[in-house]
Amino acid sequence: MLCASGGVSEVTGIVPRTMQSLEWNTGPARKEGPQVRRIDKRMQSSTANPDQNTMAAITSKAWPPAESEKSGTAYALAGVARHRASDESGTVELLRSLAHLLRENRTQLCEEWSRRISGASLLTAMTKEEIFAEAIAVYNNYVDALESGTLEALQAYARSLSERIIPRGVETREVIGIVLLLRDVLARSLFAEYQSDFSMLNRVLDSYEPAANRIANTVAVGFVQERERVIREQQEAIRVLSTPVLQVRERLLILPIIGEIDPQRARQLTEQLLRGIRTNRAKVVVIDITGVPTMDATVANHLVQTVDATRLLGATVIITGLSPEIAQTLVTLGVDLSKMNTVGDLQGGIEEAERLLGYKVVPISELAHAE
Amino acid sequence: MSRTRSRIGVVQPATGEAPVGEDTCVPIHSAADILEARKRGRELAVALGFAATDCTLVATAISELARNIVLYADHGEIRLNSVARKNSMGIVITARDDGPGIADLQRAMRDGFSTSHGLGLGLPGVKRIMDEFEISSKPKRGTTVTARKWKCQ
Amino acid sequence: MQVPILKQGAYLIASIQSALEDDDLVRLCDALSTQVGKSRARGVIVDVTALDVMDSFSTRTLVELATIIRLRGAEMVIVGIQPEVAVAVVRLGLKLEGVSTALDLEEGIAYLDGKARSSGKEKNDRG
Ligand SMILES: Nc1ncnc2c1ncn2[C@@H]1O[C@H](COP(=O)(O)OP(=O)(O)OP(=O)(O)O)[C@@H](O)[C@H]1O
Ligand SMILES: [Mg+2]
Repeated sequence: MLCASGGVSEVTGIVPRTMQSLEWNTGPARKEGPQVRRIDKRMQSSTANPDQNTMAAITSKAWPPAESEKSGTAYALAGVARHRASDESGTVELLRSLAHLLRENRTQLCEEWSRRISGASLLTAMTKEEIFAEAIAVYNNYVDALESGTLEALQAYARSLSERIIPRGVETREVIGIVLLLRDVLARSLFAEYQSDFSMLNRVLDSYEPAANRIANTVAVGFVQERERVIREQQEAIRVLSTPVLQVRERLLILPIIGEIDPQRARQLTEQLLRGIRTNRAKVVVIDITGVPTMDATVANHLVQTVDATRLLGATVIITGLSPEIAQTLVTLGVDLSKMNTVGDLQGGIEEAERLLGYKVVPISELAHAE
Repeated sequence: MSRTRSRIGVVQPATGEAPVGEDTCVPIHSAADILEARKRGRELAVALGFAATDCTLVATAISELARNIVLYADHGEIRLNSVARKNSMGIVITARDDGPGIADLQRAMRDGFSTSHGLGLGLPGVKRIMDEFEISSKPKRGTTVTARKWKCQ
Repeated sequence: MQVPILKQGAYLIASIQSALEDDDLVRLCDALSTQVGKSRARGVIVDVTALDVMDSFSTRTLVELATIIRLRGAEMVIVGIQPEVAVAVVRLGLKLEGVSTALDLEEGIAYLDGKARSSGKEKNDRG
């Protein structure tokens, strides 16, 4: 699905359509000089609705440049073409001084950022203090990544942040939102700083933007991946829970199956059951399929195989709650039902199981009589 | 009997599928090689993160195919590849020999057909436990079986 | 690799320790079928806990062994089949018809004891 090395297109996939209309070209090979226009646009849009517009601004510019690119002419930070003389070292230098500047203004910018987060009703599950604490940490990592061009530390941080906030119900759009807000807060501070020197401002933004995009992407992708992992784990847990293997008494397991069985669930049921037999040293298993509405041939076949496999582990299966329809499916498959141990209902199945285990079922009336 | 190669089943490289990593080739000359081949297959399945049951199914399929080579063709090879497609990884087992070949593939694929007093469940069994299966054979030239198993999500 | 055969009371116990080559399995089966006569064992337990694969060949060999053991008046039980192996055996289409199975050694012995009791022969030697 998502991979960290991929472009940012995955992220724009999550951004609502309306937010995608604005396009900022940060590509290296700009023919004319739309830079001024671009900044105008940014200023306009910033006043109009800054938060939403920044949402759209993630583009798939590669940053940091790959090793091969660094040495070649294709060094891809935006707008570098115009400054080819100072080029590589110039950009690195620039990012370093940016990082320095941003570190100096850290407290103030983090406060601004936190305010904007609350203002946009993001991270509502967290207190102001928590938001500020995380903001400082994200900020530090962000600036470090900006300066060093390496994303590993940021990636690791994004993952641990996600681990912390996912259980609190923070959603993907919120994470993307806050990262883009940070980008915006920082960009505005750069405006303020370099306002007077227009060409310098251009250079700064050209260096800053691709880097900021890549950072935003890294955090967002890290979050989405973590979230997917959590969801997968939860699904697995639900699957396991949805059909518990119950031990009713020593050596007797009950597997009450409820709902449709697809081949994947069937596989899991079998694995769970067979493992349960080993760990509980079960001798008899009652599989109750009263709650299974229908069964296609594949799954019915699987059921028969499960019964056979159980026998190989030395246990006996009793099937209860077999509906006439499912019985018909089994017969059509050529299953000899007389070889299957079937009992009408679960209660009867448990009694039969206890008989097989050598327990004697004594009616209560007889018990009373014996006293 | 026909001199041409006959074939049953198709294992086609699906579009967007790519081999991953090195392939392993285990020469099969003796019964000891059967163990080696299935050990390698299991290792590959484990490395790809296959479920425990599927690791065993892969090892079992290799066992059947390698034994057929030893029994009927004297020697041959088992090749193991991992492949990737859009959202899944798979293992391809290729069993190849230049032994006597199989004249009637339909019959060889039938449950219970054996020329060696076996159960005759090797080939049809492998077809059942793998996801994709193809066999092709040419009398006097040899037999190739290709079988594939995808990792379950 | 040789599989040791132990005698415990009226039973012969063969615990397979690792994956077996075909010849070793055949040798084990030969040894068990001769010894069951010699030692007048009532039961044979083959412990396959260590087998990670049971294919068509090994299954057939074990089923044939069970038949021979029965012809010699004893009972055979296979113990320790792993869950994954059980699934593979069944999906291959193999039937261990006529072969008794039990969870592990302890269960295997209990099974044979139960058989002996129910056929009223338990007065005969046990340990
Ligand atoms: N590689 C091969 N070369 C030539 N003939 C083969 C080859 N593999 C299988 N056959 C033929 O196909 C028949 C069926 O093979 P299959 O593996 O299904 O059963 P088997 O080997 O006879 O018994 P089992 O595998 O159940 O022990 C064999 O008996 C043999 O005649
Ligand atoms: Mg065979």
